[in-house]
This record gives sequence, C-alpha cells and structure tokens, in this order.
Amino acid sequence: MSEHITPIRTYLLIFFALMILTVVTVAVAMVDLGALNDVVAMGIAIFKASLVVLFFMHVKKSRLMTKITVVASAFWLLILFGLTLSDYVTRGFL
Amino acid sequence: MAEIHAPGLAHHFDSYQQQKEAAFFGMWVFLATEVLFFGGLFCAYLVYRSANPEAFAAGSRELDIVLGAINTAVLIGSSLTMALAVHAAQVGKRKMIAAWMGATILLGGTFLGIKVVEYSHKIHEGHFPGPNFVWHGPEVNVEMFFNVYFLMTGLHALHMIIGIGIMLVLIPLAWKGRFTPESHNYVEGFGLYWHFVDIVWIFLFPLLYLLDVG
Amino acid sequence: MSELANNFGRRLHYLNADYGVKSWLLTRDHKRIALLYLASISLFFALGGLMAVGIRLELATPGADLVQPDTYNRLFTMHGVLMIFLFLIPSIPATLGNFLIPLMIGAKDLAFPKVNLASWYVYNIAGLFTLWAVAQGGVDTGWTFYTPYSTTYSNSYVVATALGVFTVGFSSIMTAVNFIVTIHRMRAPGLTWFRLPLFVWAHYATSLVIILGTPVVAVTILMVAAERILRIGIFDPALGGDPVLFQHLFWFYSHPAVYIMILPSMGVISELITAFTRKRIFGYKFIAFASVSIAVLGFLVWGHHMFLSSQSVYAGAVFSVLSMLVAVPSAIKVFNWTATLYKGSVSWDTPMLYALGFIGLFTIGGLTGVMLATLGIDIHVHDTYFVVAHFHYVMVGGAIMGYLGGLHFWWPKITGRLYPVFWSKFSAIVIFVGFNLTFFPQFLLGYLGMPRRYHVYPADFQVLNVMSSAGATILGVGYLIPLFYFFWSMRYGERADRNPWGAIGLEWMTGSPPPTHNFHEPPTVDWDAYAYLPDTPGGTGEAWDAAKPTSEAPEHG
Repeated sequence: MSEHITPIRTYLLIFFALMILTVVTVAVAMVDLGALNDVVAMGIAIFKASLVVLFFMHVKKSRLMTKITVVASAFWLLILFGLTLSDYVTRGFL
Repeated sequence: MAEIHAPGLAHHFDSYQQQKEAAFFGMWVFLATEVLFFGGLFCAYLVYRSANPEAFAAGSRELDIVLGAINTAVLIGSSLTMALAVHAAQVGKRKMIAAWMGATILLGGTFLGIKVVEYSHKIHEGHFPGPNFVWHGPEVNVEMFFNVYFLMTGLHALHMIIGIGIMLVLIPLAWKGRFTPESHNYVEGFGLYWHFVDIVWIFLFPLLYLLDVG
Repeated sequence: MSELANNFGRRLHYLNADYGVKSWLLTRDHKRIALLYLASISLFFALGGLMAVGIRLELATPGADLVQPDTYNRLFTMHGVLMIFLFLIPSIPATLGNFLIPLMIGAKDLAFPKVNLASWYVYNIAGLFTLWAVAQGGVDTGWTFYTPYSTTYSNSYVVATALGVFTVGFSSIMTAVNFIVTIHRMRAPGLTWFRLPLFVWAHYATSLVIILGTPVVAVTILMVAAERILRIGIFDPALGGDPVLFQHLFWFYSHPAVYIMILPSMGVISELITAFTRKRIFGYKFIAFASVSIAVLGFLVWGHHMFLSSQSVYAGAVFSVLSMLVAVPSAIKVFNWTATLYKGSVSWDTPMLYALGFIGLFTIGGLTGVMLATLGIDIHVHDTYFVVAHFHYVMVGGAIMGYLGGLHFWWPKITGRLYPVFWSKFSAIVIFVGFNLTFFPQFLLGYLGMPRRYHVYPADFQVLNVMSSAGATILGVGYLIPLFYFFWSMRYGERADRNPWGAIGLEWMTGSPPPTHNFHEPPTVDWDAYAYLPDTPGGTGEAWDAAKPTSEAPEHG
C-alpha cells in the first residue's frame, strides 16, 4: 500500500507532549491570572486537540478534503458561538 | 459481471483505495456532525457561564481536580493505545490489533470507573440537578453549572460506552484476521471516533474542573 | 451476459431482479430504498394533510364549532411536526435524491448502502415514536417546542414527540453523509464538478446543511427532554435558565432546515426547466454556487425568527441584513431559470407545469420573506397569518411543487411506466389553483392582523377564511389525483422507453427501470451537463441521445 504509516516513535512523542500539556494546564490554573486563565486554558486545549487531530488522526498526512472538513466544522462552531453571543453581548448596549 | 471482486471490497467500489477514501471521508463528515452536537452544549455553557460567573466558579470548585486530571491522562493514554492498534492494523499484526484495543477498553473502563466515583460523590452531596438539588453557599444558580456538567460529561461518557461496545465487536474480528493491511477501514475509522472522544474531554477538563482554582 | 434477462425473457431490472418482502426489507439497492422511503413519507404526508383538514374545517367558522381549543393546539402542532420533520425534510432527498444521485453520477450505488437502508429503518422508528405521541393525544407546543412552555407547563406528550424528532435527525444525517461521500468519491470518470447535474449540486448543498445543523437541534431537544424528565431548569427562567437560548439553538438548525426543504426542490426545477426548454441552462455555475451559498448563508440568519423575543436589537439588525442577503442567490436562480426559458422551445409537459408553478410561487414566498426580514414590518405581521402564508408559499408552493414535478419527471424512470397525460396536467392545475386559493387569502388575513395558532377569530375575517378552507379542499383533491394515477400506471400505464422526455443526463442512458447495478457498462463522461444545442436544429436530447453509445442492452420485453 502506498499509504503513509506513522512511526510508533511519533505516537509516543505526541503522547508525552499531551501529558506534559495536561500538567501545564493544571499548573497554570493554580495561578490567578484573572481573565487570562481562560485564554491560556483554551489555548492549551486547542493546541492539544490540534496535536491529536494532526498526528493521532493523521490529518497532517491526509487529503485536502479531510482538512477542509476539520476546518469547516470548527468554523461552523464559531458561527454558532459568534452569532449567539452577538445577541447576549450587545443586549446591554441599549 | 463483477463477481471477481477481492475479499472485503464491496461490489459498488472499484478499488480498495476508493473504498478506503469513502470510508474515512464518511467518518470525518460524521465527526463534523459530532462537533456540532457537542457544540450546542458548549454554546449553552458559554452563555450560562458568562451570565453566572460566580456560580460556575463555585460549582467547579466542588469537582475533584485530581480525579479529573487522572482521567485526562487515562484518556490520552487510551488514545495512544488506539493509535497503536491502528498501527498494528496497518502493518498487519492481527493479534496486536486485538491487544491494543483491549488496552484501550481497559483504559476507557478506568475512565468510566473514575467517572462513576465522581458522579456518586456529587449525587451523595446533593449536587445532582433536579428538585432535590442542594446548595448551601451564597452563590445563586449553581445548579446550572451542574446541569451543564452532568449533560456534557454524561454525553461524553455515553460516547465512550458506545465506543467500548464497538471495540468488543471489533476485537474478535481482528483476532480472526478479518483486518488486513489493505482492508482495515473499521479499525482506522473507529480510531478516528475514539480520538474525537478524547478531544472532547481535552476541552471539558479545563472548562469544568479548572475554573477559578488559583 | 446473464444479467440482462430474467427467466421469462423480460429485461432484468431492479424491480424484477428479486421478489418477495425480504428482498425489499433487506435491500441495499438505493433505488429500492428510495421506493421504501416514498411509501413511508407518503403515509406521513397524508397524516399531516389530515391534520390540515381539521385545522381548515375549524377555521371555516369564526367560533369554536368543531374542536376544543386544546385539540386545535394539538392539531396544528402535529401538522407542523409531521409535515416538517417526517415529510418535507426527507421528501426529495430520501426519494428522488436516493434514487437519482448514483444514477446521475454514474455510480453503482451510494457509498454506504447499509447505512442507507439503516436510515430508512431509523426514519420509521422515528415515525413510530411520533405516531405513538399522536395516539396518546399529541403535543400542543407548536412544532417549535418553545420553552419554558414545552418543558414546564405543557401537559402533552412532548418527550415522545421530541424523541421522534431526535431520531429522525439521525436518519437525515445518515442520508446526508452518504450523499456527500458519494458525490465526492464515486463520480464516473470524466464527470468533473462542473459537469454534474444541478440536482446533484443542490443535494450536495442540502447535505451540508443537514450535517452541520441537525446535530445542534438534536442536542437541544435532548436538553428539553432532560429538563422535562429530571425537572431541571436549563431553559426555565424560574430556575435561572434562558428561554431565548433555546430559541437560538433551535433556530440554528430550524432556519437552515428551510433550505433543506427548498434546495433539493430547486435542484429538481433546474433539471426540469432545461429539459423542457431544450436549452442548456443559463448560468450553470451561478446556479451551482447559488446552492452552496444559500446553504452557507442559511446558517447566518436564524435570529430573524427572534426579533420580538428580547433578542438584542443590534443582533436583530445584523440578522435582518444577513437574511436579506439570502435573497441574492435565490434571485440568481429565479433569473437564470427565466433566462433559460427565453427563446427556448418550451414544451408543456406535466413536470414543466409544476416547474413553472414553482417559479411563480417561490418568488412570492421569497419576496414576502424579504418583507418579514425587515425589522419594522416584522413587528407588524409577527405571528400572524402573513407568516403562515409566507412559509407555505415556500414549503408547499416551493418544496412540494418541486417534489411533485420531480416525481412526474422521473416516474417513467422509476417504474418504467407512463402516467395518463390528461389527468396529470389536470391535477397540476388543480393543485396550483387550490394552493393559491388556500394561501393567498392568508397573506391578507395576516396583514389585517389575524394571529396564527388561534381556533377562533373575529367574524370580519370569515370570508377570507372560507376562501382558504375552500382552496384547501381543492388542494386536497389535487393531491389525491396523482395518488390514483400513479398506482394505476404501475400496472396499466404505457411502457416508457429509456428516455421518454428526450432529456440529457446519465440517468436517461440506462434502462427504465434501471438494472440493479444501474449501468451494464460503467459510463464515462466527456460532455457538459445539459449539452442541448439550442442553435442547431435537432440539437435536442434525442439527437444527443442517438449519438451517444447506450449503456443499455437491447430491450427484450
């Protein structure tokens, strides 16, 4: 088969990276950064999710359509959040 | 006329390659629906947390960070074993597919076990939403946090239970050599599902357990 | 090849390849599954129609003469639930789409035949849940399940109905995943994206909407059910919940769902217009991209259902402008269809009558939609019969006209039989007249201020209401006529040849009905869609057809 087989070493590296990032998330949460806590926590979560998507789910080596599907689902999530919040955020403006 | 088909290749496909691409693409499209499915809950979380920041912080403090962190590690571990099962399928080691999937079930089961412990604590403390919900603190509307908590983690756990069920079907098939390096779409497709479930938890953990603990 | 004829020397096709109940209930043939769906959705269409009969009978008089107020609430709710979730959403995709997409792209089947069959079973399970709810006494919340009424106050069978709606979502998702993968991965050699029939483009766009919207309403309905069962307050303001959030989540799907209903119909109309004008469609790429942009824009406009819901006025203004944008791709389609008619050799066959009806009715429905998207006007006509008339013009005048037009167009392909010309044209005209008589007076009623969802009204409104009820009777008769002649034609209709309309498309190159695996030789495509040659005499489908190698063996019987 011409398919690309990810070496086991890559899987292990990603696994350790995810573990370390989990520890970092917990550690950062213990420090009070105010509103930044959420930003950092979500940033790390998005980074972790990207690692899983790109390597465990092989999207890095996948066809363009797969990548588009991933991006599209994230984009639609943003539409849902964004337009819903457009209501809640602007209610107080009046 | 086309009865000369290869084993594991459905009649309406021309090649393994086409069948494989169709299967994976189908799985990805399905996962897009899953993203939006959990998205509805995340949207509710967003709206209610911004309306009740203190209540969400207070509710979050009730959760056990240690158990949550352990569960995160367990689930990431199960993603690794799942990835290794897929790797075994790609190189054609049928017993290793079954073994790594077995390990995945074990880790998934551990996760669910810890979840049961957490749930029973919360129920015991009267934090299960409903008419019997108890909250002694000054914060109002903490019940909403627990509504969201139980819905999100409950649906996540349901996805894991379904996943374990599917693996219980796949393991005997793998053992019997049903999956070859050419044709193992079920293993690889299922792998995508399992990793997706992992990703959901990667977001749930900080959003539910790590609010205002600093 | 032995596949070509059965034991009686008849040409072998998907209908006579195998007999018996089992060969249908366990079939993985997309064509048979389409027919199974046709039977199921027709049942729910009839049932939803019966509810409409009840509604129109009650509204024939100003007083509460026929049903109790509570019964009336259940009637219009069940009418909406059955028609929207169990008829309109699956209507064209699950029947014509299922049947035609593999044929149109030269594939042997959909990518996941077992999933396709499963989707039909899931659909029926959903139907059973809903029927169970009806049998128990129905639900009275309106098809929108607005909270907190649905979660806290309603004493009707909300959870059973919600379960039905939740389950039918799975069935549409299965169909949509199948379509998307099939269109991407199973096209015949040479069939590039811009050679695809516009019907396929429309279904691609529809599937996108189903995939990205349906899960959100599924989880929302799940929350409503959880709220009712566990007595918690996710959307109950008394318990800190926000009912407007329910509306956001609900309309995130349910507005795009309108496009799930209308886009496939637009795809049908594109096929009909070009086939019956013998002209290549005007602005192919514009129509194709219009379908996709309707699908995308459709997700950005849901707030126009919530102008009076305490939604922020700023969000309302944004949603209002975005809603009007949807008119652009819709108008592109209407203009391109009319431009295709220009100087075409138009023939007045039955499907074309439906197509022309669609264009007019959809235009009225669409333009009144722009009126409703205008904040100021919406305040005036919000929750009146103006809204009811508007969405019936889109859904009945648009979606169902397209559905019936498509059914008449491809019926010879599906069954291998022709239906009676006179009766089919007669019923098309009856439906058009009945439809307008039913719903046009409702625009006037709404504009004069008659609110929707009430079983009584001031006597001043009676004339228009009687017109509407009379129209509904005519419309009902119009729908019954095809039921009779379609059944009749299956046994007694004249046999149809491969391409009775002289139309262009892969589906017309194989037999009527098609063989089980659609084509005896996998087709290769080296021509553009609708390659009618308008300036050449005889540049019709027949001429094109004769020049192309047929994929069908000589007819035996």
